[in-house]
Amino acid sequence: MTAKTTYRIFPLGDSAITADWGNCISEPVNREVLARFRQLSEVPLPGMTEVVSAYSSLTIYYDVLALRKRIAPGTTVYDHMRQLLEERLQQPVSADAVQGRLVRIPVCYEKPFATDLLSLALAKHISAEELVHIHTASIYRVYMLGFLPGFTYMGEVDERIAMARKPVPETVMPGSVGIAGRQTGVYPLVSPGGWHIIGRTPLALFSPEREEPALLAAGDQVQFYSISRHEFENY
Amino acid sequence: MSLKIIKAGIQDTLQDMGRYGHRQLGINPTGAMDKFSMQVSNALVGNAPEEAVIEMHFPASVFMFTEPALIALSGADFHAHINGEPVPHLHPILVAKNDLLHFKQPHHGARAYLSVRGGFEHKTWLNSSSTHLKAHAGGFKGRQLRKDDELFLRVPLPEGLIAAKQECYALPWQADVHWQEDPHEIYILPGHEWNSLIRESKENLFMTAFVITKHSDRMGYRLNHTPLHTLTHEEVVSSAVDFGTIQLLPDGHLIILMADHQTTGGYPRIGHCITAHHHRLAQLAPGDKIRFRLTDQLMAENLLQAQHTHLQQLAYSCGNRLQDFLNKHHVTH
Repeated sequence: MTAKTTYRIFPLGDSAITADWGNCISEPVNREVLARFRQLSEVPLPGMTEVVSAYSSLTIYYDVLALRKRIAPGTTVYDHMRQLLEERLQQPVSADAVQGRLVRIPVCYEKPFATDLLSLALAKHISAEELVHIHTASIYRVYMLGFLPGFTYMGEVDERIAMARKPVPETVMPGSVGIAGRQTGVYPLVSPGGWHIIGRTPLALFSPEREEPALLAAGDQVQFYSISRHEFENY
Repeated sequence: MSLKIIKAGIQDTLQDMGRYGHRQLGINPTGAMDKFSMQVSNALVGNAPEEAVIEMHFPASVFMFTEPALIALSGADFHAHINGEPVPHLHPILVAKNDLLHFKQPHHGARAYLSVRGGFEHKTWLNSSSTHLKAHAGGFKGRQLRKDDELFLRVPLPEGLIAAKQECYALPWQADVHWQEDPHEIYILPGHEWNSLIRESKENLFMTAFVITKHSDRMGYRLNHTPLHTLTHEEVVSSAVDFGTIQLLPDGHLIILMADHQTTGGYPRIGHCITAHHHRLAQLAPGDKIRFRLTDQLMAENLLQAQHTHLQQLAYSCGNRLQDFLNKHHVTH
Protein backbone atom coordinates (compact mmCIF):
# COMPACT_ATOMS: atom_id res chain seq x y z
CA MET A 1 0.00 0.00 0.00
CA THR A 2 1.24 3.47 -0.78
CA ALA A 3 0.26 6.39 1.40
CA LYS A 4 -1.34 9.39 -0.25
CA THR A 5 1.60 11.27 -1.64
CA THR A 6 1.44 15.00 -1.72
CA TYR A 7 4.85 16.54 -1.41
CA ARG A 8 6.68 19.67 -2.36
CA ILE A 9 10.17 19.74 -3.79
CA PHE A 10 12.46 22.70 -3.17
CA PRO A 11 16.19 23.47 -3.22
CA LEU A 12 18.25 23.47 -0.01
CA GLY A 13 20.95 25.79 -1.31
CA ASP A 14 22.95 24.85 -4.41
CA SER A 15 23.99 21.30 -3.48
CA ALA A 16 20.89 19.69 -1.99
CA ILE A 17 17.20 19.18 -2.73
CA THR A 18 14.36 18.48 -0.32
CA ALA A 19 11.03 16.74 -0.78
CA ASP A 20 8.60 17.60 2.00
CA TRP A 21 5.38 15.74 2.78
CA GLY A 22 3.68 18.48 4.74
CA ASN A 23 5.86 19.79 7.59
CA CYS A 24 4.21 17.56 10.18
CA ILE A 25 4.84 14.92 12.83
CA SER A 26 2.77 11.98 11.67
CA GLU A 27 3.52 8.29 11.73
CA PRO A 28 2.02 7.45 8.30
CA VAL A 29 3.96 10.34 6.73
CA ASN A 30 7.19 9.31 8.45
CA ARG A 31 6.66 5.71 7.23
CA GLU A 32 6.37 6.96 3.68
CA VAL A 33 9.48 9.14 4.09
CA LEU A 34 11.49 6.22 5.49
CA ALA A 35 10.34 3.88 2.73
CA ARG A 36 11.53 6.48 0.22
CA PHE A 37 14.76 6.91 2.15
CA ARG A 38 15.49 3.18 2.01
CA GLN A 39 14.71 2.99 -1.65
CA LEU A 40 16.99 5.94 -2.46
CA SER A 41 19.75 4.48 -0.27
CA GLU A 42 19.55 1.16 -2.10
CA VAL A 43 19.34 2.68 -5.57
CA PRO A 44 20.87 6.17 -5.35
CA LEU A 45 20.15 8.80 -7.96
CA PRO A 46 23.19 9.44 -10.20
CA GLY A 47 25.36 12.12 -8.59
CA MET A 48 23.67 11.76 -5.21
CA THR A 49 26.17 11.83 -2.33
CA GLU A 50 23.82 11.35 0.59
CA VAL A 51 20.16 11.10 1.55
CA VAL A 52 18.73 12.10 4.93
CA SER A 53 15.25 11.47 6.29
CA ALA A 54 13.59 13.76 8.83
CA TYR A 55 10.06 13.89 10.31
CA SER A 56 8.25 14.57 7.08
CA SER A 57 11.00 15.27 4.56
CA LEU A 58 13.84 13.76 2.61
CA THR A 59 16.93 15.69 1.61
CA ILE A 60 19.27 14.56 -1.12
CA TYR A 61 22.78 16.01 -1.26
CA TYR A 62 24.50 15.89 -4.62
CA ASP A 63 27.82 16.54 -6.32
CA VAL A 64 27.29 19.64 -8.45
CA LEU A 65 30.67 19.38 -10.19
CA ALA A 66 30.19 15.75 -11.24
CA LEU A 67 26.63 16.41 -12.40
CA ARG A 68 27.57 19.48 -14.47
CA LYS A 69 29.09 17.07 -16.99
CA ARG A 70 25.72 15.39 -17.54
CA ILE A 71 23.59 18.42 -18.27
CA ALA A 72 23.22 20.86 -21.15
CA PRO A 73 24.95 24.25 -20.84
CA GLY A 74 22.64 26.91 -19.45
CA THR A 75 20.55 24.41 -17.50
CA THR A 76 20.97 23.76 -13.81
CA VAL A 77 21.98 20.69 -11.90
CA TYR A 78 19.12 21.52 -9.56
CA ASP A 79 16.51 21.19 -12.34
CA HIS A 80 18.16 17.96 -13.42
CA MET A 81 18.04 16.55 -9.89
CA ARG A 82 14.48 17.74 -9.43
CA GLN A 83 13.39 15.84 -12.50
CA LEU A 84 15.22 12.68 -11.41
CA LEU A 85 13.70 12.93 -7.95
CA GLU A 86 10.18 13.50 -9.26
CA GLU A 87 10.49 10.49 -11.54
CA ARG A 88 11.70 8.41 -8.62
CA LEU A 89 8.89 9.57 -6.36
CA GLN A 90 6.34 8.54 -9.00
CA GLN A 91 7.40 4.95 -8.39
CA PRO A 92 5.34 3.30 -5.68
CA VAL A 93 7.01 2.10 -2.49
CA SER A 94 5.50 -0.06 0.17
CA ALA A 95 5.56 1.92 3.39
CA ASP A 96 4.23 -1.11 5.29
CA ALA A 97 7.29 -3.20 4.52
CA VAL A 98 9.47 -0.93 6.64
CA GLN A 99 9.62 -2.60 10.04
CA GLY A 100 11.97 -1.18 12.65
CA ARG A 101 13.47 -3.15 15.51
CA LEU A 102 11.95 -3.03 18.99
CA VAL A 103 14.66 -1.80 21.36
CA ARG A 104 14.17 -1.78 25.12
CA ILE A 105 16.12 0.91 26.93
CA PRO A 106 16.77 0.81 30.69
CA VAL A 107 16.36 4.15 32.43
CA CYS A 108 17.07 5.13 36.00
CA TYR A 109 14.39 7.71 36.86
CA GLU A 110 16.03 8.55 40.19
CA LYS A 111 18.27 11.24 41.63
CA PRO A 112 20.76 12.53 40.70
CA PHE A 113 19.90 11.77 37.06
CA ALA A 114 16.25 12.87 36.93
CA THR A 115 16.97 16.57 37.35
CA ASP A 116 13.61 17.81 36.03
CA LEU A 117 11.35 14.89 36.94
CA LEU A 118 9.80 16.46 40.04
CA SER A 119 9.27 19.90 38.50
CA LEU A 120 7.66 18.31 35.44
CA ALA A 121 5.42 16.09 37.58
CA LEU A 122 4.46 19.09 39.69
CA ALA A 123 3.65 21.20 36.63
CA LYS A 124 1.50 18.39 35.20
CA HIS A 125 -0.24 17.71 38.55
CA ILE A 126 0.81 14.07 38.69
CA SER A 127 3.13 12.13 40.95
CA ALA A 128 6.69 11.20 39.96
CA GLU A 129 5.63 7.53 39.98
CA GLU A 130 2.77 8.25 37.58
CA LEU A 131 5.10 10.18 35.27
CA VAL A 132 7.52 7.23 35.11
CA HIS A 133 4.63 4.84 34.63
CA ILE A 134 3.25 6.87 31.73
CA HIS A 135 6.68 7.33 30.11
CA THR A 136 7.41 3.58 30.26
CA ALA A 137 3.93 2.47 29.20
CA SER A 138 4.15 3.50 25.54
CA ILE A 139 6.22 2.24 22.66
CA TYR A 140 7.76 5.20 20.86
CA ARG A 141 8.71 5.55 17.25
CA VAL A 142 12.14 6.92 16.32
CA TYR A 143 11.08 9.49 13.76
CA MET A 144 14.52 10.77 12.91
CA LEU A 145 18.07 11.40 14.12
CA GLY A 146 19.66 14.83 14.19
CA PHE A 147 20.93 17.67 16.38
CA LEU A 148 23.84 15.54 17.71
CA PRO A 149 25.43 12.31 16.47
CA GLY A 150 23.00 9.57 17.52
CA PHE A 151 20.34 11.92 18.95
CA THR A 152 16.88 10.44 18.38
CA TYR A 153 13.62 12.29 18.04
CA MET A 154 10.96 9.91 19.36
CA GLY A 155 7.26 10.30 19.92
CA GLU A 156 4.75 10.86 20.84
CA VAL A 157 4.51 11.00 24.61
CA ASP A 158 1.15 11.04 26.38
CA GLU A 159 -0.33 14.54 26.75
CA ARG A 160 -0.25 14.05 30.53
CA ILE A 161 3.58 14.27 30.50
CA ALA A 162 4.09 16.60 27.51
CA MET A 163 5.80 19.91 28.22
CA ALA A 164 7.29 22.68 26.08
CA ARG A 165 11.08 22.83 26.27
CA LYS A 166 12.82 24.91 28.92
CA PRO A 167 13.47 28.53 27.98
CA VAL A 168 17.15 28.42 28.93
CA PRO A 169 19.25 25.42 27.85
CA GLU A 170 21.37 23.71 30.51
CA THR A 171 24.28 21.31 30.27
CA VAL A 172 22.96 17.80 29.82
CA MET A 173 24.98 14.64 30.48
CA PRO A 174 25.23 11.70 28.04
CA GLY A 175 22.43 9.15 28.44
CA SER A 176 19.97 11.73 29.77
CA VAL A 177 16.38 10.99 28.79
CA GLY A 178 14.29 14.07 28.10
CA ILE A 179 10.87 15.33 27.12
CA ALA A 180 10.16 18.34 24.90
CA GLY A 181 6.61 18.92 23.76
CA ARG A 182 5.31 15.49 22.81
CA GLN A 183 8.79 14.33 21.84
CA THR A 184 11.08 12.19 23.94
CA GLY A 185 14.74 11.44 23.31
CA VAL A 186 18.10 10.52 24.76
CA TYR A 187 21.16 12.78 24.72
CA PRO A 188 24.03 10.71 23.33
CA LEU A 189 26.76 13.23 24.24
CA VAL A 190 27.24 16.01 26.72
CA SER A 191 25.51 19.04 25.27
CA PRO A 192 23.51 22.13 26.10
CA GLY A 193 19.87 21.12 25.96
CA GLY A 194 16.41 22.48 26.70
CA TRP A 195 14.58 19.18 27.20
CA HIS A 196 13.18 18.24 30.63
CA ILE A 197 15.47 15.52 31.93
CA ILE A 198 13.55 12.72 33.65
CA GLY A 199 16.21 10.01 33.90
CA ARG A 200 19.35 8.49 32.49
CA THR A 201 20.18 5.29 30.63
CA PRO A 202 23.46 3.39 31.16
CA LEU A 203 23.45 2.46 27.46
CA ALA A 204 25.75 4.36 25.10
CA LEU A 205 23.44 5.77 22.44
CA PHE A 206 26.47 6.79 20.43
CA SER A 207 30.00 5.49 20.38
CA PRO A 208 32.43 6.39 17.59
CA GLU A 209 34.43 3.17 18.13
CA ARG A 210 31.48 0.91 17.33
CA GLU A 211 30.98 -0.33 13.81
CA GLU A 212 27.43 1.02 14.08
CA PRO A 213 28.14 4.23 16.03
CA ALA A 214 24.46 5.00 16.70
CA LEU A 215 22.42 2.54 18.77
CA LEU A 216 19.10 3.51 17.19
CA ALA A 217 17.95 4.22 13.64
CA ALA A 218 14.95 6.04 12.25
CA GLY A 219 11.96 3.69 12.16
CA ASP A 220 12.98 1.77 15.29
CA GLN A 221 10.48 1.22 18.12
CA VAL A 222 11.64 2.06 21.61
CA GLN A 223 10.27 1.13 24.99
CA PHE A 224 11.86 2.48 28.15
CA TYR A 225 11.87 0.46 31.36
CA SER A 226 12.70 1.61 34.85
CA ILE A 227 15.82 0.42 36.66
CA SER A 228 17.09 1.31 40.13
CA ARG A 229 20.13 3.39 40.91
CA HIS A 230 21.86 0.16 41.97
CA GLU A 231 21.03 -1.52 38.68
CA PHE A 232 22.22 1.57 36.79
CA GLU A 233 25.58 1.52 38.53
CA ASN A 234 26.06 -2.21 37.96
CA TYR A 235 24.75 -2.25 34.42
CA MET B 1 59.69 12.41 11.20
CA SER B 2 57.09 14.55 12.76
CA LEU B 3 55.57 17.90 13.53
CA LYS B 4 55.53 18.74 17.23
CA ILE B 5 53.29 21.19 19.00
CA ILE B 6 55.52 23.39 21.16
CA LYS B 7 52.71 25.68 22.23
CA ALA B 8 49.00 25.07 21.62
CA GLY B 9 46.89 27.42 19.53
CA ILE B 10 43.35 28.45 20.43
CA GLN B 11 41.74 25.88 18.12
CA ASP B 12 43.93 24.00 15.67
CA THR B 13 42.48 20.81 14.22
CA LEU B 14 43.16 18.30 11.49
CA GLN B 15 40.54 18.71 8.74
CA ASP B 16 39.82 17.45 5.26
CA MET B 17 36.93 17.82 2.79
CA GLY B 18 34.51 16.42 5.38
CA ARG B 19 32.79 13.21 6.41
CA TYR B 20 29.85 12.34 4.21
CA GLY B 21 27.25 9.60 4.17
CA HIS B 22 26.43 9.59 7.90
CA ARG B 23 24.06 12.52 8.36
CA GLN B 24 21.19 10.05 8.67
CA LEU B 25 22.70 9.14 12.08
CA GLY B 26 23.10 12.79 13.03
CA ILE B 27 26.82 12.71 12.22
CA ASN B 28 27.53 16.07 10.62
CA PRO B 29 30.23 16.37 7.96
CA THR B 30 32.62 18.81 9.75
CA GLY B 31 35.72 19.31 7.52
CA ALA B 32 37.72 22.44 6.74
CA MET B 33 35.78 25.68 7.06
CA ASP B 34 37.56 27.03 3.96
CA LYS B 35 37.89 24.06 1.63
CA PHE B 36 39.16 26.30 -1.15
CA SER B 37 42.22 27.38 0.86
CA MET B 38 42.72 23.84 2.11
CA GLN B 39 42.99 22.67 -1.50
CA VAL B 40 45.32 25.55 -2.36
CA SER B 41 47.76 24.55 0.37
CA ASN B 42 47.65 20.96 -0.84
CA ALA B 43 48.27 22.07 -4.45
CA LEU B 44 51.35 24.02 -3.36
CA VAL B 45 53.05 20.93 -1.92
CA GLY B 46 51.83 18.56 -4.63
CA ASN B 47 49.30 16.70 -2.47
CA ALA B 48 45.93 15.36 -3.58
CA PRO B 49 43.31 18.12 -3.04
CA GLU B 50 41.56 16.18 -0.26
CA GLU B 51 44.68 15.46 1.86
CA ALA B 52 44.15 16.40 5.51
CA VAL B 53 45.68 19.70 6.63
CA ILE B 54 45.88 21.61 9.91
CA GLU B 55 43.28 24.34 10.24
CA MET B 56 44.41 27.15 12.55
CA HIS B 57 42.73 30.06 14.28
CA PHE B 58 44.66 32.94 15.81
CA PRO B 59 46.59 32.61 18.08
CA ALA B 60 47.83 29.51 16.29
CA SER B 61 50.15 26.79 17.60
CA VAL B 62 53.94 26.99 17.56
CA PHE B 63 55.21 24.00 15.60
CA MET B 64 58.60 22.30 15.45
CA PHE B 65 59.67 20.04 12.61
CA THR B 66 61.76 17.07 13.74
CA GLU B 67 62.77 16.39 10.13
CA PRO B 68 62.98 18.44 6.94
CA ALA B 69 59.63 18.90 5.19
CA LEU B 70 57.96 20.75 2.35
CA ILE B 71 55.03 22.78 3.65
CA ALA B 72 52.65 25.53 2.54
CA LEU B 73 50.40 28.05 4.27
CA SER B 74 47.15 29.35 2.82
CA GLY B 75 43.86 30.92 3.86
CA ALA B 76 44.28 33.55 6.56
CA ASP B 77 47.65 35.30 6.70
CA PHE B 78 48.86 35.18 10.32
CA HIS B 79 52.36 36.52 9.53
CA ALA B 80 54.16 33.20 9.69
CA HIS B 81 57.77 33.14 10.86
CA ILE B 82 60.28 30.33 10.83
CA ASN B 83 63.06 30.64 13.39
CA GLY B 84 62.05 34.29 13.78
CA GLU B 85 62.31 35.11 10.07
CA PRO B 86 59.15 35.97 8.11
CA VAL B 87 58.07 33.41 5.51
CA PRO B 88 55.76 34.23 2.62
CA HIS B 89 52.14 33.20 2.40
CA LEU B 90 50.97 30.86 -0.40
CA HIS B 91 54.44 29.60 -1.33
CA PRO B 92 55.88 26.09 -0.98
CA ILE B 93 58.44 26.30 1.84
CA LEU B 94 61.29 23.93 2.61
CA VAL B 95 61.83 23.59 6.33
CA ALA B 96 64.82 21.99 8.04
CA LYS B 97 65.13 19.78 11.08
CA ASN B 98 64.34 21.65 14.31
CA ASP B 99 62.82 24.62 12.48
CA LEU B 100 60.26 26.47 14.56
CA LEU B 101 57.11 27.76 12.86
CA HIS B 102 55.09 30.38 14.62
CA PHE B 103 52.53 33.05 13.76
CA LYS B 104 52.89 36.67 14.88
CA GLN B 105 49.61 38.43 14.14
CA PRO B 106 46.47 38.07 12.05
CA HIS B 107 46.94 40.16 8.91
CA HIS B 108 43.84 39.10 7.04
CA GLY B 109 41.36 36.24 7.25
CA ALA B 110 40.28 34.07 10.16
CA ARG B 111 41.51 30.56 9.36
CA ALA B 112 44.92 29.49 8.09
CA TYR B 113 45.83 26.11 6.62
CA LEU B 114 49.09 24.23 6.93
CA SER B 115 49.80 21.43 4.49
CA VAL B 116 52.77 19.08 4.53
CA ARG B 117 53.95 17.23 1.44
CA GLY B 118 52.78 13.60 1.75
CA GLY B 119 50.30 14.40 4.50
CA PHE B 120 50.05 13.37 8.14
CA GLU B 121 49.98 9.86 9.52
CA HIS B 122 46.65 9.34 11.31
CA LYS B 123 43.64 7.08 11.59
CA THR B 124 40.47 7.95 9.75
CA TRP B 125 37.00 7.69 11.25
CA LEU B 126 34.15 6.83 8.88
CA ASN B 127 36.45 7.45 5.90
CA SER B 128 37.44 10.97 6.86
CA SER B 129 40.34 12.63 8.65
CA SER B 130 38.27 15.56 9.85
CA THR B 131 38.19 16.22 13.57
CA HIS B 132 34.69 15.84 14.99
CA LEU B 133 35.01 17.87 18.18
CA LYS B 134 31.56 16.94 19.58
CA ALA B 135 31.92 13.21 18.98
CA HIS B 136 35.61 13.23 20.05
CA ALA B 137 36.46 11.26 16.94
CA GLY B 138 38.43 11.63 13.74
CA GLY B 139 41.43 13.87 13.08
CA PHE B 140 44.14 13.80 15.74
CA LYS B 141 42.68 11.87 18.71
CA GLY B 142 39.28 13.46 18.05
CA ARG B 143 40.33 16.78 19.52
CA GLN B 144 42.15 20.02 18.87
CA LEU B 145 45.95 20.00 18.99
CA ARG B 146 47.63 20.42 22.38
CA LYS B 147 51.13 21.13 23.59
CA ASP B 148 53.46 18.14 23.12
CA ASP B 149 51.26 16.49 20.51
CA GLU B 150 53.31 14.93 17.75
CA LEU B 151 51.90 14.45 14.26
CA PHE B 152 53.92 12.01 12.20
CA LEU B 153 54.53 12.77 8.55
CA ARG B 154 53.60 10.03 6.14
CA VAL B 155 56.43 10.47 3.62
CA PRO B 156 60.04 11.55 4.21
CA LEU B 157 61.38 14.35 2.07
CA PRO B 158 63.56 13.03 -0.80
CA GLU B 159 67.27 13.02 0.06
CA GLY B 160 68.20 15.26 -2.87
CA LEU B 161 65.77 17.91 -1.70
CA ILE B 162 67.22 17.88 1.78
CA ALA B 163 70.71 18.25 0.32
CA ALA B 164 69.46 21.13 -1.83
CA LYS B 165 68.67 23.25 1.15
CA GLN B 166 70.95 24.73 3.75
CA GLU B 167 68.23 26.53 5.59
CA CYS B 168 64.52 27.18 5.37
CA TYR B 169 63.46 28.90 2.21
CA ALA B 170 60.42 29.60 0.12
CA LEU B 171 60.30 28.23 -3.39
CA PRO B 172 59.94 31.08 -5.89
CA TRP B 173 56.31 30.73 -6.97
CA GLN B 174 53.07 31.77 -5.35
CA ALA B 175 49.49 30.58 -5.71
CA ASP B 176 47.17 33.21 -7.17
CA VAL B 177 43.96 33.09 -5.13
CA HIS B 178 42.14 36.30 -6.10
CA TRP B 179 42.28 38.08 -2.74
CA GLN B 180 41.20 41.22 -4.56
CA GLU B 181 37.60 39.95 -4.63
CA ASP B 182 35.26 41.57 -2.12
CA PRO B 183 35.24 39.00 0.68
CA HIS B 184 32.34 40.66 2.48
CA GLU B 185 29.82 40.16 -0.30
CA ILE B 186 27.97 36.85 0.05
CA TYR B 187 25.61 35.59 -2.61
CA ILE B 188 22.54 33.80 -1.30
CA LEU B 189 19.74 31.66 -2.67
CA PRO B 190 16.26 32.02 -1.19
CA GLY B 191 15.40 29.37 1.40
CA HIS B 192 12.11 27.53 1.70
CA GLU B 193 10.74 29.98 4.28
CA TRP B 194 12.01 33.05 2.39
CA ASN B 195 8.47 34.16 1.64
CA SER B 196 7.48 34.08 5.27
CA LEU B 197 9.57 37.25 5.77
CA ILE B 198 7.64 40.54 5.66
CA ARG B 199 8.52 42.80 2.73
CA GLU B 200 10.47 45.26 4.81
CA SER B 201 12.63 42.48 6.25
CA LYS B 202 13.31 41.12 2.76
CA GLU B 203 14.47 44.57 1.68
CA ASN B 204 16.58 44.98 4.80
CA LEU B 205 18.34 41.73 4.07
CA PHE B 206 19.94 43.28 1.00
CA MET B 207 20.17 46.91 2.06
CA THR B 208 21.78 46.65 5.47
CA ALA B 209 25.06 45.21 6.70
CA PHE B 210 25.11 42.17 8.97
CA VAL B 211 27.80 42.02 11.62
CA ILE B 212 29.31 38.71 12.70
CA THR B 213 29.03 38.54 16.50
CA LYS B 214 31.47 36.99 18.92
CA HIS B 215 29.02 34.09 19.30
CA SER B 216 30.44 32.64 16.11
CA ASP B 217 32.52 29.53 15.66
CA ARG B 218 32.93 26.46 13.48
CA MET B 219 29.27 25.54 14.14
CA GLY B 220 27.73 28.78 12.99
CA TYR B 221 27.89 32.56 12.81
CA ARG B 222 25.34 34.58 14.72
CA LEU B 223 24.68 37.93 13.10
CA ASN B 224 23.86 41.29 14.61
CA HIS B 225 21.35 43.43 12.74
CA THR B 226 17.89 44.99 12.88
CA PRO B 227 15.63 42.05 13.75
CA LEU B 228 13.76 40.49 10.83
CA HIS B 229 10.09 39.65 11.03
CA THR B 230 7.88 36.95 9.58
CA LEU B 231 4.24 37.18 8.51
CA THR B 232 3.18 34.13 10.50
CA HIS B 233 4.71 32.10 13.27
CA GLU B 234 4.41 28.78 11.52
CA GLU B 235 6.28 26.00 13.29
CA VAL B 236 8.86 24.21 11.19
CA VAL B 237 9.38 20.56 12.13
CA SER B 238 13.04 19.55 12.11
CA SER B 239 14.48 18.77 8.71
CA ALA B 240 17.89 18.63 7.10
CA VAL B 241 20.08 21.72 6.77
CA ASP B 242 23.49 22.31 5.19
CA PHE B 243 26.68 24.37 5.42
CA GLY B 244 25.59 27.88 4.44
CA THR B 245 21.94 27.56 5.51
CA ILE B 246 20.72 30.86 7.00
CA GLN B 247 18.21 30.28 9.80
CA LEU B 248 15.97 32.86 11.45
CA LEU B 249 16.05 32.50 15.23
CA PRO B 250 12.93 33.28 17.31
CA ASP B 251 14.43 36.65 18.35
CA GLY B 252 14.57 37.81 14.70
CA HIS B 253 18.31 37.34 14.29
CA LEU B 254 20.08 35.24 11.72
CA ILE B 255 22.53 32.39 12.12
CA ILE B 256 24.61 31.04 9.24
CA LEU B 257 25.42 27.37 9.63
CA MET B 258 29.10 26.56 9.14
CA ALA B 259 31.23 23.40 8.88
CA ASP B 260 30.32 21.90 12.29
CA HIS B 261 26.59 22.63 11.89
CA GLN B 262 23.96 20.22 13.18
CA THR B 263 22.50 17.90 10.56
CA THR B 264 18.93 19.08 11.13
CA GLY B 265 17.20 22.21 12.30
CA GLY B 266 13.74 23.50 13.08
CA TYR B 267 14.12 27.23 12.43
CA PRO B 268 12.86 28.94 9.28
CA ARG B 269 15.39 28.68 6.45
CA ILE B 270 15.53 32.20 5.08
CA GLY B 271 18.27 31.52 2.58
CA HIS B 272 21.45 29.65 1.76
CA CYS B 273 24.90 31.11 1.17
CA ILE B 274 26.21 29.67 -2.07
CA THR B 275 28.92 27.02 -1.83
CA ALA B 276 31.35 29.07 -3.91
CA HIS B 277 31.28 31.74 -1.19
CA HIS B 278 31.82 29.43 1.80
CA HIS B 279 35.52 30.27 1.70
CA ARG B 280 34.69 33.98 1.98
CA LEU B 281 32.50 33.31 5.01
CA ALA B 282 35.17 31.09 6.56
CA GLN B 283 37.69 33.92 6.42
CA LEU B 284 35.45 36.42 8.24
CA ALA B 285 35.83 37.01 11.95
CA PRO B 286 33.62 38.49 14.69
CA GLY B 287 33.16 42.19 14.00
CA ASP B 288 33.36 41.75 10.21
CA LYS B 289 30.40 42.82 8.11
CA ILE B 290 28.51 40.81 5.51
CA ARG B 291 26.43 42.17 2.66
CA PHE B 292 24.00 39.67 1.14
CA ARG B 293 23.15 39.63 -2.53
CA LEU B 294 20.43 37.51 -4.09
CA THR B 295 21.47 35.15 -6.86
CA ASP B 296 20.04 32.09 -8.64
CA GLN B 297 20.86 28.40 -8.99
CA LEU B 298 22.58 28.80 -12.36
CA MET B 299 24.92 31.53 -11.08
CA ALA B 300 25.64 29.54 -7.90
CA GLU B 301 26.55 26.47 -9.94
CA ASN B 302 28.58 28.48 -12.47
CA LEU B 303 30.60 30.13 -9.70
CA LEU B 304 31.27 26.77 -8.07
CA GLN B 305 32.43 25.37 -11.40
CA ALA B 306 34.67 28.42 -11.99
CA GLN B 307 36.21 27.99 -8.55
CA HIS B 308 36.84 24.31 -9.19
CA THR B 309 38.45 25.06 -12.57
CA HIS B 310 40.67 27.65 -10.90
CA LEU B 311 41.76 25.07 -8.30
CA GLN B 312 42.46 22.49 -11.00
CA GLN B 313 44.60 24.95 -12.94
CA LEU B 314 46.40 25.93 -9.76
CA ALA B 315 47.10 22.29 -8.87
CA TYR B 316 48.35 21.66 -12.41
CA SER B 317 50.70 24.67 -12.45
CA CYS B 318 51.96 24.05 -8.92
CA GLY B 319 52.53 20.39 -9.76
CA ASN B 320 54.58 21.31 -12.84
CA ARG B 321 56.67 23.92 -11.05
CA LEU B 322 57.35 21.54 -8.19
CA GLN B 323 58.29 18.71 -10.53
CA ASP B 324 60.72 20.97 -12.41
CA PHE B 325 62.26 21.99 -9.12
CA LEU B 326 62.58 18.40 -7.96
CA ASN B 327 64.12 17.35 -11.29
CA LYS B 328 66.60 20.20 -11.11
CA HIS B 329 67.73 18.89 -7.77
CA HIS B 330 68.06 15.37 -9.18
CA VAL B 331 65.35 14.02 -6.96
CA THR B 332 63.64 10.82 -7.96
CA HIS B 333 59.94 11.31 -7.46
